[in-house]
Amino acid sequence: MPTLTIDGKEITVEKGTTIIQAAEKLGIEIPRYCYHPGLSIAGNCRMCLVEIEKSPKLQISCYTQAADGMVVHTTSEKVKAVRRAILEFLLINHPVDCPVCDQAGECWLQIYYMEHGLYNSRFMENKVRKHFKATPIGPWVNLDSERCILCSRCVRFTSEITKTYELALVNRGDHSEITIFPGKELNNKYSGNVVDICPVGALTDRDFRFQCRVWYLDKQESICPGCSRGCNIEIHYNVQRAHHAGGRRVLRLKPRFNPEVNKWWICDEGRYGYKFIDDKSRIQMPYLQEGEVLVETDWKVVLDKVASTLRSILTTYGTESIGVIASPQLTNEDLYLIRKLFVEDLRLPHVDFKVPVKEKGYEDDFLIKADKNPNTRGAEELGLGAKEGSLNVENMLEAAIAGRLKALYVFGHDLTNFFGEEKIKDIASRLELLVFQGSNLNPTGQYAHVILPSATYAEKDGTFTNFEGRVQRIYKAVEPLGESLPDWEIIVKLARFMGFSYPYQSAREIFKEIATVIPAFNGLSYKVIGNQGAKLATA
Amino acid sequence: MAELVLTKNFGVPDFHTIEGYIRCGGYEGLKKTLEEFTPDQVIEEVKKSNLRGLGGAGFSTGMKWSFVPKDSSKPKYLVINADEGEPGTFKDRYLLEKAPHMLIEGAVIAAYAVGIHTAYVYIRGEYVKPARILQNAIEEAYAHGFLGKNILGKGFDLDMIIHRGAGAYICGEETGLLESLEGKKGWPRLKPPFPAIVGLFKCPTVVNNVETLSQLPHIMKNGAAWFANICQGAPKCGGTRIFSVSGHVNRPGIYELPLTVTLREIIYDHAGGIPGGKKLKAVIPGGSSAPVLTADEIDVKMDFDSLMAAKTMGGSGGVIVMDEDTCMVKALYVLAKFYAHESCGQCTPCREGTGWIAKILYRLVHGDGRPGDPDTLKSVADNIAGNTICPFGDGAAWPVQSFVKKFRSEFEYHAKERKCDVLKT
Repeated sequence: MPTLTIDGKEITVEKGTTIIQAAEKLGIEIPRYCYHPGLSIAGNCRMCLVEIEKSPKLQISCYTQAADGMVVHTTSEKVKAVRRAILEFLLINHPVDCPVCDQAGECWLQIYYMEHGLYNSRFMENKVRKHFKATPIGPWVNLDSERCILCSRCVRFTSEITKTYELALVNRGDHSEITIFPGKELNNKYSGNVVDICPVGALTDRDFRFQCRVWYLDKQESICPGCSRGCNIEIHYNVQRAHHAGGRRVLRLKPRFNPEVNKWWICDEGRYGYKFIDDKSRIQMPYLQEGEVLVETDWKVVLDKVASTLRSILTTYGTESIGVIASPQLTNEDLYLIRKLFVEDLRLPHVDFKVPVKEKGYEDDFLIKADKNPNTRGAEELGLGAKEGSLNVENMLEAAIAGRLKALYVFGHDLTNFFGEEKIKDIASRLELLVFQGSNLNPTGQYAHVILPSATYAEKDGTFTNFEGRVQRIYKAVEPLGESLPDWEIIVKLARFMGFSYPYQSAREIFKEIATVIPAFNGLSYKVIGNQGAKLATA
Repeated sequence: MAELVLTKNFGVPDFHTIEGYIRCGGYEGLKKTLEEFTPDQVIEEVKKSNLRGLGGAGFSTGMKWSFVPKDSSKPKYLVINADEGEPGTFKDRYLLEKAPHMLIEGAVIAAYAVGIHTAYVYIRGEYVKPARILQNAIEEAYAHGFLGKNILGKGFDLDMIIHRGAGAYICGEETGLLESLEGKKGWPRLKPPFPAIVGLFKCPTVVNNVETLSQLPHIMKNGAAWFANICQGAPKCGGTRIFSVSGHVNRPGIYELPLTVTLREIIYDHAGGIPGGKKLKAVIPGGSSAPVLTADEIDVKMDFDSLMAAKTMGGSGGVIVMDEDTCMVKALYVLAKFYAHESCGQCTPCREGTGWIAKILYRLVHGDGRPGDPDTLKSVADNIAGNTICPFGDGAAWPVQSFVKKFRSEFEYHAKERKCDVLKT
């Protein structure tokens, strides 16, 4: 355990710790381009050079390991001078086209120039021309090699993380250039990550390019709902300039570091799976079927309709006549209230959440899981799966066709996907009540008698439980669209119409109750979960 | 005339064949080594001889070998650096063509000392003829039991394989060479670890220059003391080295001399002085990367330490002579173009700086100078030197720093008057 001094502050670190890591522990950020904690050490940018006493040359802090008694200076005149020099070298052949560059505002050339550069330009020569200007190199990524500083992070990502080897550095000297292997495209399951790790505007996101200046973006921490891994993300949304990007609010997702779940990365499917949030298919008002058509109405009307119909069915046919299909897309808080209303208070036996899928989802040994739901584990822990003696989803539909089931309450699912449109249409016509509660209209919703508009994960607080039992928080980034509400809030309102008084004002209050009522959640709270998640007591 | 060691038999027409080589006393050093020395004793002998690396760095050869771990469970490799690319240097080419068996013999001695059983010769791609001659020699050596299994019946094995480079100066840098030999782009590695610990295929590796290894048969045959004594007056040096002399001299060529010879002696006594009785203006004493010396500085001895004291270096022993009619701006431009072309592009200062320097010099040479150019040249070179992954950056910066410093007025004239005062153009 060597003890060293950095800028006058002493610290003891694990053997093998590099100076840049030791400095980070002291809250000292040494500027860097090529260094990335998730990749091998390249040592090529030379931005992190620091002065070490008794060492004749400056040393790169990303590679040099801490040694006992080492005295390091990160802000000496020598170090400041070399940082200016490196920035000047990096910028002489750079087009400095910030006004038209999508990276502007989050570009490390800009940031470090303002922090460490501020020299007067003295480069009077012609800049080197390179081959790739605004060139798509895959479905999601654009390359501009004149903006590239050749840090090789993207090359190392494709060779070390995805092991797909699409990118390479070719040519020599100042003609060096990132390129894609002939006949290949950057089209692996994780290609978007190269945009995140590119410190400059060389690799930009084709999906996000020119949609919005990054300084209009606000950020909210969240969890990707794309599969049961539960990758930690940030939702980047624009509400400051509502006219940009065709009015879309959520403009991109970025991975958020969590060493236990996804490290620095997310998959492309998750990254670009946010479009439904501001999609035209969003249900912005409650709807009631009148004759053959769905008619916009208000909450009071639909809640009254659902509550009174359920009551009369219960009175006439009993609890066996109502089926509830909850969703593993919902939060633990949503699901807990579904359980409370339908299972505990109404004592309905036929509750399930597992809708069969046509084919098994793609899965790999890195991040992507076959189960494309973020909260299957949560739904299981909350006891929302079909039990022995009760009907599962498939049997509920059979019961509906046979006339034994009079009402079906569907949360978000599109049942036509697996069961076919004809069957669902038939079922809808046989049922006395088909409720669809969801955020986006799908074919199942179109056959519903009542539609209750719910908020997406980006519009509410709550928690998901990932496949390994890690409970992680999501936060509201933007307001629920139109009249939509978080699912748990809809249930609170519906319960009131049915004569139950639920006291919950927030997802946090619901979670508090979950933690006391459901043994697996014992000991957890929003505070304990924090922004990195916490495992179930049983996990 | 001083004693010749390496080039003594260069005049023997069939010296490059095994018959010619043996007739002149070849492979006797190896025989003696295998019969009379343990591997550790060979290392001690070479340390005592003061043999220093003749590729450019001048590091003690015996010391370099002793860094190789003795108890490694991995195989160890000998890599022979025959990627002679330093401008002004052409000694290894002659050694490969005239005395390939001397290199093979030296390589077997080095391999025996360090416990190595595989040697790779990384030979400059342009050296087609030397590679062919060496390949023939290797085949002869196998046939005569100097390579392969159970060499000379003493139970020691060594295989030798030639690998031809593809024309990159940077592959002469030892870790760039190793990367290239492994089939990768010739990008120098971060150090430490040094090749002695983690080298070829992540195994302990000795990288030695052709000339260095070619000295070994003579050291083992005649003894360390004999070799050290050749360099009287330079306590930390031993033996001779081959100076490649080019430029404005009457007799350019290779000259094998003790390291204690002075630069003046090389130019005037051995290479016949400057043609047309012109005055000397400048000399680069150790290959293009070495800082330039003025005509007043040529009484320096050519051993590594004396040259370092004179703020230049022994380097590869390439002596480039420039007479009074040489435009130093143009001469530097020629070098700068080379470094800009050969920079591997891996690390920022060298990649961007070498190109920048070449562009400024192009302007100065072509009548488009600007008043600030000499200062910018110096500053850019200062910002490269010491800040790069490998010594290439220093090698590219040193000529610029020394030319601008020592011939400042010529650069100023180009910058301000936008023409040349020397060439009158």
